[in-house]
Amino acid sequence: MDLDIDEASAAFRDEARDWLASHVRSLPSMDTADGFEAHRAWEAELAEARWSVVSWPAEYHGRDASMLQWLLFEEEYYASGAPGRVSQNGIFMLGPTLFAHGTQEQRDRILPAMATGEQVWAQAWSEPEAGSDIAALRSTAVRTDGGWLLSGQKTWSSRASFADRAFGLFRTDREAERHHGLTYFMADLRAEGVTVRPIPQLDGEAGFAEIFFDEVFVPDEDVIGEVGQGWRVAMTTANNERGLSLRSPGRFLAAADRLVDLWRDHGASPSTRDRVADAWIGARAYQLYTFGTVSRLAEGGELGPESSVNKLFWSHLDVELHETALDVLGPAAETDRAWVDGYLFSLAGPIYGGTDQIQRNTIAERLLKLPREARR
Amino acid sequence: MRFQLSPEQRQFAATLHELLGGADTAAAARAWAAGEHDRGLKLWRALADVGVFALLVDEDHGGLGAGPVDLVVACEALGYHAVPGPLVESAAVAPALLTGHRLTSLAEGDLVATVVAPPEVPLALDADVAGMVLDLTGASLTAGAEPVRSIDPPRRLFRVPAAAGRSDGVAFDRGVLAVAAQLLGAGQWLLDTSVAYAKQRKQYGRAIGEYQAIKHLLADVVTRLELARPLLYGAAVAGETFARDVSAAKVMAGDAALLAARTALQVHGAIGYTAEHDLGLRLTKVRALAGAWGTGSFHRARVLR
Ligand SMILES: Cc1cc2nc3c(=O)[nH]c(=O)nc-3n(C[C@H](O)[C@H](O)[C@H](O)COP(=O)(O)OP(=O)(O)OC[C@H]3O[C@@H](n4cnc5c(N)ncnc54)[C@H](O)[C@@H]3O)c2cc1C
Repeated sequence: MDLDIDEASAAFRDEARDWLASHVRSLPSMDTADGFEAHRAWEAELAEARWSVVSWPAEYHGRDASMLQWLLFEEEYYASGAPGRVSQNGIFMLGPTLFAHGTQEQRDRILPAMATGEQVWAQAWSEPEAGSDIAALRSTAVRTDGGWLLSGQKTWSSRASFADRAFGLFRTDREAERHHGLTYFMADLRAEGVTVRPIPQLDGEAGFAEIFFDEVFVPDEDVIGEVGQGWRVAMTTANNERGLSLRSPGRFLAAADRLVDLWRDHGASPSTRDRVADAWIGARAYQLYTFGTVSRLAEGGELGPESSVNKLFWSHLDVELHETALDVLGPAAETDRAWVDGYLFSLAGPIYGGTDQIQRNTIAERLLKLPREARR
Repeated sequence: MRFQLSPEQRQFAATLHELLGGADTAAAARAWAAGEHDRGLKLWRALADVGVFALLVDEDHGGLGAGPVDLVVACEALGYHAVPGPLVESAAVAPALLTGHRLTSLAEGDLVATVVAPPEVPLALDADVAGMVLDLTGASLTAGAEPVRSIDPPRRLFRVPAAAGRSDGVAFDRGVLAVAAQLLGAGQWLLDTSVAYAKQRKQYGRAIGEYQAIKHLLADVVTRLELARPLLYGAAVAGETFARDVSAAKVMAGDAALLAARTALQVHGAIGYTAEHDLGLRLTKVRALAGAWGTGSFHRARVLR
């Protein structure tokens, strides 16, 4: 057992560090029209230097980097102060889904534009009546010549206000049982019949949106996996979201290091000392846990319900870390934009990607094998 | 990088679980608490036979020359089964303090050693059975004869006049690491036992484990334990960051084990509050170990140093 980093990975990390040091700059919020375009340009710049999707094959702008190298890249990325990724739904959720379930044609058509930020994707899963209970979704897809007509309403779709395309599940068989009869589609948000209504979030910016589909045509080549098998495909996406990729430890380590510095700069107040230490300890624990997961996967293991352990842990860690930072700042917290933004964002962690309660159910039933509660 | 136990280390853990699982460690711990050491010392011999006390002793002195990772594997199992005795002191700390033939005796399990390191370790554990009471300079001391009662009865503590204090260095950090591993092991036992009970105990016509109120408590315990474990192993393989990582591991293993303990008692209800139930052996042990070899506050301060 060791944490030693091989030479190639160390060189990779150093190269990333150097590149980031000379390219990172601060960008406006991605939840504004201008900010979104600035982030798109940043994605293009990353892709140009092949840093946007390091773990992907070279033909799709990647570097064929190992998972360990990806983690090291993420650590450097967030330590350098680089901005959040506007393309994250695509590169961390739809991308892996296409690698697992997509056709060669789909990969060739979709991945390059995703990697460069030319096409930014939104995740259209939640519906007004289907939040935690995704299988209760009502949006439909009806067969037509050469494709499908999508109808219904999706909501809370991050970045959909400015995004180009969306992926999500639609009901293709109303007779089938809840989890069956669902199909995974990709759709153009500029297509005829699509209406996007931005919804301002806590900070006032239009971070997410509702999407209305009114008989929107989607060609057959935009179905991922088999018709009626959407649930199974979606679970790949969900495990990626909860598991490693969406929230790599690099984010929390960088934030925890900043918190420790902040605490020292503010005179190392004894009243917040233990909480500052706990935030750092939690971030380090998550980093090491991830190294364990990566080692296990490298030896042929799979990502299962442990991804809920992941999600539950970091959602809590992130809130605590930011609460602590605001307490360290004292009255100045109210106006410290960077920590305030981080705090507001952290508050959503226990909700999106499956709420904390849903993760606990998964851990209890699938990991501990406790009896399932009665569900309809 | 390969952050996984080796097949040999997994096998070592399995061997210990098999050995201790069939040894009625609970009875040994209860007898130990009453000052009857025979059963406990028999366990000691059995542990020596599989190499627990030889792990950190070099091969020249009859040891195995193994490393902190193996120590963590062993201490997790010892904590799981609530084995009594100055295990941490003999297996983890004394190898860094002793020299010569004493080291050989220690490795073979013939010498039981205990350690004091005030202010963090003010009392000597099991000085009445130990052949040597050491301070962190390696000096041999004499302990008082009267035990001081611990919250955890099998931990028989003794006062030691004028022991030299120093709460750092390899010997100290190994002690911290070993205690953290015991805490994690005890926490895991508390979780496993609670999960088994939740599947079997019925109220209102259903297994209590079907209720979310119980499920969610247990899910939080797994999450804390699962993330404390990598900190322990990370500390065991850490080079320069050893002290910081060891402290981080102690804090999180302590908190996770305490959460596991409170949760286990809640899940069990009144039966968990009885002295007959083995739960009690871990409830009090976890509380004692959480403050042993440095409190949470002490270690949090070290993390930020
Ligand atoms: C910032 C943000 C970004 C988001 N981005 C996206 C996105 O890009 N795409 C997308 O599709 N969705 C997105 N969402 C939506 C998110 O996935 C849902 O909010 C989430 O799944 C919960 O659904 P809900 O809000 O309808 O809450 P509900 O499901 O109505 O839950 C309300 C409360 O009830 C609890 N609850 C529900 N069911 C159970 C149960 N069985 N047991 C115990 N408790 C239960 C929940 O835990 C929660 O506390 C986003 C949400 C936020 C906050």
